Amino acid sequence: MLSIKNLHAGINGNKILNGINLEVKAGETHAIMGPNGSGKSTLSAVLAGRDIFEVTQGEITFNGKNIFDMSPEQRSREGLFLSFQYPVEIPGVSMVNFMKTAINEHRKYKGLEPLSASDFLKLMRDRKELVEIDAALTNRAVNEGFSGGEKKRNEIFQMAMLEPKLSILDETDSGLDIDALRIVANGVNKLKRPDNATIVITHYQRLLDYIIPDFVHILYNGRIVKTGGKELALELEEKGYDWIKNTEESESNL
Amino acid sequence: MKPTVNISPKEDFINLYLDNLDLITENSSGVLNAVRQSALENFKLLGFPGLKNEKYKYMKVEAFFTGDYEKYFTPKRITFNVDDIFRCDIPSLDTHLALTLNGFYLSNPHPISEFENGVIVGSLAEAAKKYPNVVGKYYNSLSGNDADDGLVALNTAFAQDGVFIYIPKGVRVDKPVQIINLLMSDEQQLVQYRNLIIAEEGSQVEIAICDHTLSPEKFLSNVVTEIFTNGNASIDLVCMQNQHNDTAQFTHIFGQQEKDSKLVTNTISLHGGTIRNNINILLNGEGSESHTYGLSLVDRTQHVDMYSFIEHAKPNCTSFEQYKAILDDQATGAFNGRILVRKDAQKTQAFQSNNNLLLTADARMFTKPQLEIYADDVKCSHGATVGQLDLEAKFYMQSRGISEREAKLLLMFGFAHDVVGHIKIEALRDRIDELVNKRLRGELSRCHNCPMHCY
Ligand SMILES: Nc1ncnc2c1ncn2[C@@H]1O[C@H](COP(=O)(O)OP(=O)(O)OP(=O)(O)O)[C@@H](O)[C@H]1O
Ligand SMILES: [Mg+2]
Repeated sequence: MLSIKNLHAGINGNKILNGINLEVKAGETHAIMGPNGSGKSTLSAVLAGRDIFEVTQGEITFNGKNIFDMSPEQRSREGLFLSFQYPVEIPGVSMVNFMKTAINEHRKYKGLEPLSASDFLKLMRDRKELVEIDAALTNRAVNEGFSGGEKKRNEIFQMAMLEPKLSILDETDSGLDIDALRIVANGVNKLKRPDNATIVITHYQRLLDYIIPDFVHILYNGRIVKTGGKELALELEEKGYDWIKNTEESESNL
Repeated sequence: MKPTVNISPKEDFINLYLDNLDLITENSSGVLNAVRQSALENFKLLGFPGLKNEKYKYMKVEAFFTGDYEKYFTPKRITFNVDDIFRCDIPSLDTHLALTLNGFYLSNPHPISEFENGVIVGSLAEAAKKYPNVVGKYYNSLSGNDADDGLVALNTAFAQDGVFIYIPKGVRVDKPVQIINLLMSDEQQLVQYRNLIIAEEGSQVEIAICDHTLSPEKFLSNVVTEIFTNGNASIDLVCMQNQHNDTAQFTHIFGQQEKDSKLVTNTISLHGGTIRNNINILLNGEGSESHTYGLSLVDRTQHVDMYSFIEHAKPNCTSFEQYKAILDDQATGAFNGRILVRKDAQKTQAFQSNNNLLLTADARMFTKPQLEIYADDVKCSHGATVGQLDLEAKFYMQSRGISEREAKLLLMFGFAHDVVGHIKIEALRDRIDELVNKRLRGELSRCHNCPMHCY
């Protein structure tokens, strides 16, 4: 589904990603962990098509297509979804208007008619239940004045609306209270199908108790320095990043 | 052969006045005629506002008045049925409808209507004949005090007609009053009309004024509207400006508010070549509350110039001001917001904001707040921004599958809706939202309502 080969990217001439390789297949869940500033959000942003980052080397294919040939909106319509670490507030644009426009653009891409007003509202209601999001939130402007946790829940609500093939959840767990974390994780699990895949970016092992990864990758200095099963997250929790940093340094000293 | 003398536009208008005084007075009435001469004297003193006038820093006013415009001092006898050429496009809006054509009230069939509850809607000239005491008490009592705007004096000298709205004590008008000002002519034309709106104590009314051009000729308008909100009264006014790109429009609103009254004005400038909107609000009674909102959508070489003057004369009053503009292409705009808090106006709360969106590198906006505070216990704030579309927000929307163009439109629409959202009449609010949306999409060319789709 997603294949990243030797990806190098940066901003204003500063290198952030230094040769990332990652393969994600349908049905898989991958977790990416790594210290602050290691490039996790940059990787997500490059995947979603944020043009402030320059890609200097490497290839990414999504559903067999070169991702760099696609605009951010095309990537979304192809089934890519990014749950933002910092969701953006859009004053004046209502959630309803925003979601309706997004859904209908997706449908147009698939050659479908726009949803009728009543079908759209039904879909909204259905997906709101799935992530247990407060109905009042969806009557407001997009993320405007939402609490940190509400913003994260709203990301998963949008994911539920759009039913992506590949979801990248960038620290969706941060800012969520204990109950919300469970609800959001359950929502993600309910949306799981054999033909879709998820990348969860997190700092905490706790989330991975709910969303169980097939692979855990550790990103450090813009590279995946270690890959393992779900037990790697436990090991990391126990030993901290110094363990990684030390192995990295000893390797580069070789 | 007469020697050609170079006379100034100011003298031109003075001569025009003197040459046509008989016609002007004949087609107007007592109260309006009574203040003409002094207004002319005033205009002689003031002339057209020059660039030295702080208020008109970004406009060469005189240049607009040098054009070769026809001036009519008798109403045009029209033989067509207005309803046939003009259909109001707000279907769910059930209103008391009044129309003017080139500044003269269109009798339909009566020049003035008095409803059962005592509400009066009709021709100002006719009202001045029928109710000279009421009209006489209010007419020009605010505009006559404007000592620095020659355009207001010019209007008062020439004004013959316009719309009169009167809401008696305690009456809450069930449906909005809608005034549609039509400009239609086969020659380029100048119009200078006048509106007078009075809400007596404890009354309430919602008013929508729509300005439209129905023919492609050049038009120049210089319009004065006086609004009196008496004790405990409430007026909600929406002004929709939708004229073609070859027009120039100068509007002057004067509002006076008495104790515990509320006046809300919302001016939506959808279209027009050059638009100058002046609004002057006098908070003259304790506990009064004023809301002044404005939205301008400007593109190509259009210019929109907004001036507001909020005067807090009494204690415990509140004023809210929000002006927004979206400027595209080479369009330019200006906002000058003056707030004056007089010495006695303790516990004043005055809030002003002016936010502008520039869509191109060539568009320009000048913004200037002007606060003069002479009381010590006041809460005032003002803020102005000039910015571009939020790229993060745009990307966020694109990442959900929304095309770049649609994302930009949603952002602009959201920016504009902030102002439109203040409109109380739901049907009108929805309709204006829709018009704004069409305007931003470029689907609204000039006069949307006009089936002739002229320039
Ligand atoms: N817009 C930007 N301008 C300049 N530098 C940036 C920008 N975005 C990211 N960086 C830099 O790139 C590096 C990687 O940032 P990134 O946000 O990808 O880290 P992260 O792994 O997501 O960290 P965190 O765990 O704190 O979210 C950091 O050093 C950061 O300062
Ligand atoms: Mg991050």
